[in-house]
Order: sequence, then C-alpha cells, then structure tokens
Amino acid sequence: MSTLESIPRELVLEGERVMRLCNACRYCEGFCAVFPAMERRINFTEKDLNYLANLCHNCTECYYACQFAPPQVFELNFPKTLAEIRLETYRKYAWPGAFAALFRRNGLATGVVSVAGLFVILAIMLAGRTPRALLAAHSDAEGAFYAVMSHQAMVATFATVALLICGVFAIGFARFWRDTGVSNAQPLVASDLLQAISDTLGLKHLDGTDNGCAYPDELPSNTRRVFHHLTFYGFGLCLAATAVGTVFHYGLGWEGPPPIPDFARGGAGVVRSLPLLLGSLGGIGLLLGPAGLLWLKSRRNSLLVDPRQNGMDAGFLVSLMLTSLSGFLLTVFRETPALSALVVVHLGVVLGLFVTMPYGKFVHGIYRFGALLRNAKEQRTMQKLGAE
Amino acid sequence: MDLTRTYDVLIVGGGNAALCAAITARRAGASVLLLEGAPKDFRGGNSRHTRNLRCMHDHPADVLTDSYSESEYWEDLLKVTGGETNEQLARMTIRHSAHCREWMVRHGVRFQPSLGGTLHLSRTNAFFLGGGKFLVNAYYRTAEKLGVDIEYNSEVVELKIKDNTFTSAVFARKGFTHEVHAKTLIAAAGGFQSNIAWLKEAWGEAANNFIIRGTPYDKGNILRFLMDQGVKSVGDPTQCHAVAIDARAPNFDGGIVTRVDCVSLGIVVNRHALRFYDEGEDFWPKRYAIWGRLVAGQPDQIGYSIIDAKAMGTFMPPVFPPIEATSLKELAAKLNLDPDTLSQTVAKFNAAIKPGNFNHNVLDDCSTAGLTPPKSHWARPLDTPPFYAYPLRPGITFTYLGVKVNERAQIIMQDDKPSHNMFAAGEIMAGNILGKGYLAGFGMTIGTIFGRIAGEEAVKHVNA
Repeated sequence: MSTLESIPRELVLEGERVMRLCNACRYCEGFCAVFPAMERRINFTEKDLNYLANLCHNCTECYYACQFAPPQVFELNFPKTLAEIRLETYRKYAWPGAFAALFRRNGLATGVVSVAGLFVILAIMLAGRTPRALLAAHSDAEGAFYAVMSHQAMVATFATVALLICGVFAIGFARFWRDTGVSNAQPLVASDLLQAISDTLGLKHLDGTDNGCAYPDELPSNTRRVFHHLTFYGFGLCLAATAVGTVFHYGLGWEGPPPIPDFARGGAGVVRSLPLLLGSLGGIGLLLGPAGLLWLKSRRNSLLVDPRQNGMDAGFLVSLMLTSLSGFLLTVFRETPALSALVVVHLGVVLGLFVTMPYGKFVHGIYRFGALLRNAKEQRTMQKLGAE
Repeated sequence: MDLTRTYDVLIVGGGNAALCAAITARRAGASVLLLEGAPKDFRGGNSRHTRNLRCMHDHPADVLTDSYSESEYWEDLLKVTGGETNEQLARMTIRHSAHCREWMVRHGVRFQPSLGGTLHLSRTNAFFLGGGKFLVNAYYRTAEKLGVDIEYNSEVVELKIKDNTFTSAVFARKGFTHEVHAKTLIAAAGGFQSNIAWLKEAWGEAANNFIIRGTPYDKGNILRFLMDQGVKSVGDPTQCHAVAIDARAPNFDGGIVTRVDCVSLGIVVNRHALRFYDEGEDFWPKRYAIWGRLVAGQPDQIGYSIIDAKAMGTFMPPVFPPIEATSLKELAAKLNLDPDTLSQTVAKFNAAIKPGNFNHNVLDDCSTAGLTPPKSHWARPLDTPPFYAYPLRPGITFTYLGVKVNERAQIIMQDDKPSHNMFAAGEIMAGNILGKGYLAGFGMTIGTIFGRIAGEEAVKHVNA
C-alpha cells in the first residue's frame, strides 16, 4: 500500500499539546473511552491522534468539565481539536485519494451528485421504457414501479453501486486499521469484536454521566443519543426492508411492490408486506432522527463547532431525510401518473446518497467502529502508563 | 438580584463551600444571594482545580476500597499537622465525611474510582467524575434551579459590621458599587495565596518567583476585612502550602498539570548545579508537601530535576516537555548551569551509589554512601542518555491563615465570643483544622461539611 499523506503538521502539534495536558490531568477519565486510551500512552504521534480522534464521540462533556478550557490560559479545547483531526483522517483514509477532496466541499458535492443521480436514473428508465409508458399511471397489478423501470435494471444499478462502496469502505477501514496499529502485534479475539459491536449499537460512550452528555449545550441530555439511534436504526430498518424484499423476490417469488398489510387476513398478508412495514418504520426514523440531529446542531455552542464540517454533516442528514420522504411519497402515490417522477426522485436521491457515502459524514461510523475495536483490544492487552 | 430587599443569607465566595452553604440555606427556605468575585468562566475558586474529597468509611463503599476509620483519619491529620489542629472540629468533620457523598450526589456531583496514577488514594479519597469543575458546575446548576440569586464579577469591597454583627456588604461590579443588606453573612471566599504583596510580608522578594497554582481571585480581601474588624484569626500567617511545579507554568491557574513528579527518580540541583536535599527521602505524599518549600529556599527560587533515559515513562507525564540532551554538558548549557559543576555533581552522585535492588514502590535499598546530602532510596546512576531536565519553582496551593470558628461555623471574635450572624466555611477557616501540612482531599471535605453547617446555622439564626 502506498504511504498515506499525513494530516497537517500544525494540527498534529496541537493534538500533541492537548494530549500532553490531558494526560497530566486525567480528571475526565470517567467520561468515555478516549481518556483511558490516552493514559495507555506517554507520547502522541499522528497515528495515536488519528485513533483517539475517531474514538471520540464528540459528546463535549469534557469541555465543560475542563479547568483548562478557554478562556483559561491553556486554551484547551479537547473535543474541537479532535473533531478537526477527525475530518483530516476522513481525507487521509479515503480511497481513491483523488476523491478525498470531496470532504472539503461535501455539502455541495452531495447536492451535485444527487442531482446527477436523478439524471442517471432517468437515463436508465428512458433506455428501458417509452416516454409514453413513463407518463402513465400503473396499478400495483401492473407492477407499479417495475412498469417504469425493470427490476433487473434497478438491481443491476444498485447492486453495482453497493458493491463498489462496500469495497471503498473496506479499503478505508483497512487503511485506518493499519495506520493506527501501534498494537497490531497482538491478535484480535472474538470478545474484542463483540465489545466493539455492543459499544457501537448501544452508543455506549454517548451516555456521559448517568443523565446523558453535554450536547448541544452544557446541560446533560440524552437527546443526541435518541436522535442518533433513530437515524442509525432507521437506516438499518430500510436496509433490512431491502434485504427482505430481495429474499421474497428471489427466494419466494413474491414480487414487489409489497402490499399494504392486511391484518384481517392474518399471518400471510402481514408477512408479505414486511418490506413495507420495515421500510416505513425505518423511514420514520430517518425523518425524525436527522431532523433532530440538525436541530441539535443548530443549537450547539459555537466554540465547539468545526465550521468546515457543517456542510458535510448537513448534506448527509438532508440526504437521509430526502431518501425517506421521497420513499414515502413513492409508496403513497405509486398508482398515479406521478409515479415516474417519484421513482426518478427517490432512486436518484438514494443513488446520490450511496455514491457520496464514502466521501461524507457516513464514514464516521466506519472509523468509529475501527477505533472502538482497537479500544476493546487495547483494554484487554495494554496497561495505563505513569504513576505517582 | 434585588438590592432593595434584605436577604436572609449573603454568601461571599463562589467555590465548593459557598455553594454547599447556598444550596443548604436555600433548601431550608431562606432567600440567598451569592456573590462570586470571578467572572462566570472562572467561577468556583480553587474548587475548580480539585479532584476528590477524603472520606471516612468503615466498609468498602461505592468508589472507595477497604475501610478508613475515624481513628486512622485522625492519626493521619495529627501526623501532617504536627498537632496544629482542633480535635473537636477535626473529629466532627471526619465523622460527617462518612455521609456527605449522598448529599453531594443528590445535588449533582458524580463519583468515580481513583484516577490512573492515583491508586494510593483509592482507599481514602472519593474522586469526582470530571473533577472539581464538574462539581462546581453541577452545584451552580442546582443552586440556580433552587432559586439562589447568583452574581458574578462581584467583588466585595467592604463588610459593615457593628457590635460583632454583620449588617451589609458593599460590592463592586462593572465599575459601580452596590450595597446589599442581609440578616446573615457566610464568608467562603478562600485564602490569600494569590495576593503576592501579602505573601511578600512573610517571604520577602522571593515571593516574586512563586507560582500560584489556583485561582487568581483569592486575594484574601474578606479575610482582611474580618480580621480588621475584630475577628479572631487562626493559623500561621507566614505559611502556605507549596509544592514543586514546572517553572514554565503560568503565574496563576496552572492547576494540577504543572506538577513534576520525577524528583525521586534522579537528582535535583539548584542554579549552582549543586544538590541540596535528599531526593529519595520519602514517598509521594511527603515529597509532595516539602519540595515547594525546599526550592523556595534556593537562590532565585529555582531547581532542576534531572533524570536519565531509565526513568522516562515511569512517572506521571508532566505537561511540559522535558529539556533533553545527549550529554550532561549539553544539558547544562541548555539549563544555563555551569557544565563542569553539573558533571562533577553527577559524577560524585554516581560514585556514591551503593549496589541495591531498585524498586520505586517501596523504600528500597538503593542509597548513597558518604554523600551530602545523601539520597536514601531509589538512587541509580545518571548514566544513560538522553538526559532530561524539568525546571522547578515553588507552586503555592493555599495559605493557612484563617478566621477562627466554632462547631456551628460561627466566626469567633477577639473576645472569644462567637458572632451570632457571621459564619465561615472553606479555605477561609480551614486553618482551624489543617493548621500545617497537607492531606489530599481534606480541603474539599472541610469545605463541604462547613459549607453545609454554615448554611444550616445561618437559617436557624434567621428563623430564631
């Protein structure tokens, strides 16, 4: 693998300064995993900083508890420094490197790519159907959206994109793992993986004190964790809906679109509509979660915000909301002449979301998980350093 | 804040003791005004820099291991103070310390097991999650919610006291002065350690080279006003608690991170490149308490802790990077010391070391023979480059002089009678109990217990 480009020197120096201060104090040790991980080190290289920055969940509890936070003379802004480093790591580990520049103008990039996505979907549709067919209404009996875009075309497009981005994520993850691997001599064990998964799924380190973390302001609150869960599990349910739909289609021959659940008919009727139910639940999560996170972001203490990330954060959240919204519209109006337009919008937005995922906010999850995995391993294999 | 009314309780100060008093008094139904001299960002006095409080306990309890009995606690106090204490007040504080954590948690404080590098305190001290600033923030939130009136940037410039009775206070804010009347006063405004002019009265010009580890707002004005108006004082006015800290620390407010704790792992020389005290005399708590004073006694109040590569990474990492050199001559040049003298000092030290088994966790048998001053433990030759140095200065933590109080936190007047409406809590009266020496986390214990007592007693007086 080629050598990765280092993150900016001044940021590394500031990161080292911050870690040195924190490691000499350690009062925040009980808040999250970052501080104990820091205490396993005496010196802080760029690799250590890149790891610790991605282990940080940006709950900002430590900032308010910090006796050295601005305007104190040390001007210690732990969460913001780590946020700045984190953004640089996203660029550093992105593959192909040429696309890393997208992190600089991610909000704009997300918008442009999403619009391009609309045209791509439109082109695919026009390639397979006559314009007349696209402008007509189609009942579910006629296959609804498959009447305007064939199932094969849809699967071919999205399976290709999905495989590509999974590959890109895998390369990013491998780069992160190798680059931050000061302790790679020790093998990973299953319990490390289980702990990292559990920490990820439960957002363990967003609990701060028992009342939640200091987000968006000083008052302890659990709202960010709740909204993040809505977003994360909303996204997960939508993926599950797709997966179940695929199994129904190829395994059971139950072609979409899934019917409105008929509870009166009991079991079978409801099972067939499972993709619709999962997708709807997920869609609700993807409306409420990102909306809540955007609202919280708008209320954040500006001293803690790295403004260069606003576009990236908002771009991703808005994409998620648009995906959900257009999905609901498509479900409701699929038997009307608006069908084609809605298919273009929905699939275009989804395509835009997928294509920009490796170069936007989504990657935080990849590296956060990597950092949690490394943390689990270190907890098992490394000691805290320094004594009195 | 309503200056037309007469408050039940006026609290001067904004740290742990002041907040405990404010919350207690307000919960008992009193109207309370708290005047904090510092701006909001620096509220909390030295409590901002604390991290634990010392608790008596008979069994392992939440974050505390094993047990720490009243008698052991008292013995520890007696040892560090050399008897400069008040047994009645001390024992009362110790007993209360067994139960105060519950009250603290109820008002927003959270505890955690002892921090990395502080295992020796896991039995005696309960650590605050997030440290003292988290505690201060939690108490302010609670006090605000309860309806305590809080004013920042409000420095009291005059206390009006007549016939041993407090009547009103004048405070300055944004260039204007205001007078506030209250039925009771709780003085919880800390010591005078950030008042360099006052420190000079005892230390002379040497005080110019002292670094104040905590808040720059503890000027001791309240202490002075009270003493000037017939209040009896306790504690040695010339003494302060000093530790050796990194000379590169800011003049004020550097807090915990400025400490340097590799003294026992090498040698310490003065500006003449000569050793001046046994670096291996004792463990951390004692070492911690004496080295500030030792450095203060050296020319220009500066020392240099010198270690070699063997010691690196085996002590709490200090905040400032060490001054590093591949030879002693180069190190001396970087420190502005005479290279020949430093080489001689190290050579003499190395030659005097008797063979032994190095163990930093016990008082080991690595000592010097025929060397003055000796190094009694942990003596290893300085022979493995690179060599590292940390410059040291006296870091002042707190002063001992305070106002005399009784077990009801009432301030005692010159005639030995208690004032019936003036109370004191925290560092301003800690000298009653800790007249000398240092016991980790005891200041916060005194502040918490006396803050609550002062709050209760003030309300009792109002309701009487």
